[in-house]
Amino acid sequence: MTKVILTVDDSRTMRDMLRLALTDAAFEVVQAVDGVHGLEVLSQTEPDVIITDINMPNMDGFGFIEAVRRDDARRATPILVLTTESDAEKKQRARAAGATGWIVKPFDPVKLVDAVRRVAA
Amino acid sequence: MDPLEAIKATFFQECEELLADLETGLLAMEGGDSDPETVNAVFRAVHSVKGGAGAFGLEGLVRFAHVFETTLDGVRNGSLDPEPGLVAVMLRAADRLADHVSAAKAGTALAEAGDEPLVAALQTFCGEAASAGHDEAEPDFDFAPMAVSLGGDESSFTPMPVSDLGVLDVAEPVAAPAADGGWIIEFRPHPNLYRNANDALYLIRELARLGPVEAVLHDEAVPNLDAFDPAASYLGWTLLLDAAVSEDQVRGVFEFVDGDCDLTLRAVGSLSRPEETDAADEERAEAVAPVGEIAAEAPSEADPAILGADPSMPSLESLLAMAHGLAEETAPAGSGDAEVSDGEAGHDAPPSAPIPTSATVARAEPRERSAPGAASAAAPPFPAGGEALVQTTIRVDLERVDRLIDLVGELVINQAMLAQQVHEAGIVRSGNIALGLDDLEQLTREIQDSVMAIRAQPVKSVFQRMPRLVREVAGMTGKVVRLVTEGEATEVDKTVIERLSDPLTHMIRNAIDHGLEGPDAREAAGKPREGVIRLSAQHRSGRIVIEVADDGRGIDRARVKAIAVERGLIEADATLTDEEVDNLIFAPGFSTASEVSDISGRGVGMDVVKRSIQALGGRITITSVPGAGSTFSLSLPLTLAVLDGMVVTVGAQTLVVPITVIVETLRPKAADIRGLGPQGAVLAVRGSHVPLIDVGEALGFAPDPEGGAGVTLLVESELGGLAALRVDAILGQRQVVIKSLEQNYDQVLGIGAATILGDGRVALILDVDAVIALRRQTSARPLPLAQAS
Repeated sequence: MTKVILTVDDSRTMRDMLRLALTDAAFEVVQAVDGVHGLEVLSQTEPDVIITDINMPNMDGFGFIEAVRRDDARRATPILVLTTESDAEKKQRARAAGATGWIVKPFDPVKLVDAVRRVAA
Repeated sequence: MDPLEAIKATFFQECEELLADLETGLLAMEGGDSDPETVNAVFRAVHSVKGGAGAFGLEGLVRFAHVFETTLDGVRNGSLDPEPGLVAVMLRAADRLADHVSAAKAGTALAEAGDEPLVAALQTFCGEAASAGHDEAEPDFDFAPMAVSLGGDESSFTPMPVSDLGVLDVAEPVAAPAADGGWIIEFRPHPNLYRNANDALYLIRELARLGPVEAVLHDEAVPNLDAFDPAASYLGWTLLLDAAVSEDQVRGVFEFVDGDCDLTLRAVGSLSRPEETDAADEERAEAVAPVGEIAAEAPSEADPAILGADPSMPSLESLLAMAHGLAEETAPAGSGDAEVSDGEAGHDAPPSAPIPTSATVARAEPRERSAPGAASAAAPPFPAGGEALVQTTIRVDLERVDRLIDLVGELVINQAMLAQQVHEAGIVRSGNIALGLDDLEQLTREIQDSVMAIRAQPVKSVFQRMPRLVREVAGMTGKVVRLVTEGEATEVDKTVIERLSDPLTHMIRNAIDHGLEGPDAREAAGKPREGVIRLSAQHRSGRIVIEVADDGRGIDRARVKAIAVERGLIEADATLTDEEVDNLIFAPGFSTASEVSDISGRGVGMDVVKRSIQALGGRITITSVPGAGSTFSLSLPLTLAVLDGMVVTVGAQTLVVPITVIVETLRPKAADIRGLGPQGAVLAVRGSHVPLIDVGEALGFAPDPEGGAGVTLLVESELGGLAALRVDAILGQRQVVIKSLEQNYDQVLGIGAATILGDGRVALILDVDAVIALRRQTSARPLPLAQAS
């Protein structure tokens, strides 16, 4: 069963990179451009793992994670955040919001897939 | 294309947009916009540029973006006040960032030294804020100004386990050498671990990638069902990792749950003991020291009595033994779980090793699942989520669009030919075939419009390059200038947009340099010190009209005239209307600046601007009020692919005259035509005289003896003046698809392009301005202006 990954990022470049790395690793990729869009996509999709950026318009990553966790059906969906620097404070905030783990940008595809594997069934 | 290269191309495309957003946001801030979302958008733009640049290893770009981002972060979190001085510096930083992007796009990099003044300026603001607001500074703020020098390092990420949560760092953070004998790991998840969708099973599985793992479950805390809290965490594990790995490697496995679990590590066979070792731990540490021994003993009968050694905390060996017993029970049924242990690791164990790792982990799984907070591993299968993403835009190769446009053009021609043939076949107009053809024509036209719309883009992409230009030119000239743009969403063909950039740039330079006065002169004239350049776009009768207006001094007509006389462009005694004088600035080689300045000089005059606009099928006009400013107005076709034309005949030829230049058509009386010189003629139109040009003569067609007086088209010439074109007859008016004559044949003076008519014949499209210019050249009249472009 192919695993489905939802990526939420406002940057087209980053979306493309995520898609490339994840599809190369035989994941199915669904994408959204910000938190609000991410929730819309979630209403029609059940991803195995969610990867989200933090800095986004409309609804940022923290808000998105909190909203996902409020949904009983999604509270067990692993969520990885993309952070630009290994910023302890940001990771703490993401975790407080309900993030499962993180991926530090710029990521290399191996580490990305590794992080997904670590949190996914 | 290499997918990464494609993404890189996307990145640079996105950079353009981000840089535009950045500038828009900063300009809004400059104008006093203090909406947090504006600041956030500005921050995000720089952040995204940096993020993408990092992915492609564009270090110079990352370094500069990082400094900029740090400053913006300060503004965002309120520790920096976006005062005008700072916004001005940030605008310059935005320009520099754009330069970095351009350099990176060209495969080069800007010298770091060039960043220094701006970096210093940005840091000055940061530094001030840091010292001013030191008390409430967030812990991470201190590093912000310093992070600058670390920029380069940050781009390379090393997955170091963070140890920011002292509580859990039970083991001393001394350099941890690989423990030869492996590790004993006490792992007890907190409820929060499960709340964040982490899963003890996956962590143990991850650990098993380092080497064989033996797991012992502590399920004593699981209460009876009536007392069961679904959100609590009742389970703990003692894990024995048989691998010579470092402590960092082991902690790395638990990186994501650091703080969400109790975790203690102990090196097996190591004499060093953690400080917080309690009695039970000691006991276990000793008990497990000879790992091999346990392994050897384990297969012996697992006697529950051994558990008696310490009822509250059973020794590991007894637990292992018990686990083994259970494993044997569950192994056959649960063999499918072998994947969990990562088979390889399991097989590394000596064949004699009696405890199948897979089974012990498998044992962990069902129990762990019973912990309610824990994620059930398998997500239910669901239909492909592809359609879940409703894409509102797609990116298509331009070539495909152009091919489609070409094909639709052919379709239009084909449809016209068909209609003509049906008509010639004498089929009644009200018949079904004719009606069907009408529908077809309608549909064809709609398809054509829709296809053209694909190429249409808002002029924003050109307009948004202008603020920077205005800043630069204002800086160079010492003038205070505000740029106001209107109608940025107005759409026009992509090619038109692309070719608009240079003329507009030049016109704006010109408006600031020549149009606007310096602040002091403005004040003296009773105007605000700040000059205003207004750039606007709007659709007007099927064309796009772009205006560049300044509120400067207007055109000094006396001076323009004097210069024109001096340069031999006009006779000293020529009588010219104001309009004609204004238009002199479009004459080749004309420059109103007494000395060619750096800014609008550059060897380009308004004549070049005019020529490039005309090449797009556009017209440029100027209106000026002394003391109140000038307005340059560009009128351009919305598309370069089709043209509304009047089909006329001249001699044996069929020509198309662009409808946009035709003011009216008339059939003059012989008395209205008066000779002027040996060849010239003028036509009296309602009291004034306009030059009359015989198109056939101008183009060198054989005169048609039966042409008679023919019909004249009153057209607007390039200078806004009128001219009359004599043709033999008007056939009708229709939309024609423009085919380049230059590409398919050669350039012909007086002819702009060609088209294919319904009967399949090629018709030439008249370049009216060129025809008028041709006529002027051959006529004996003194040349007031311009030559053929």
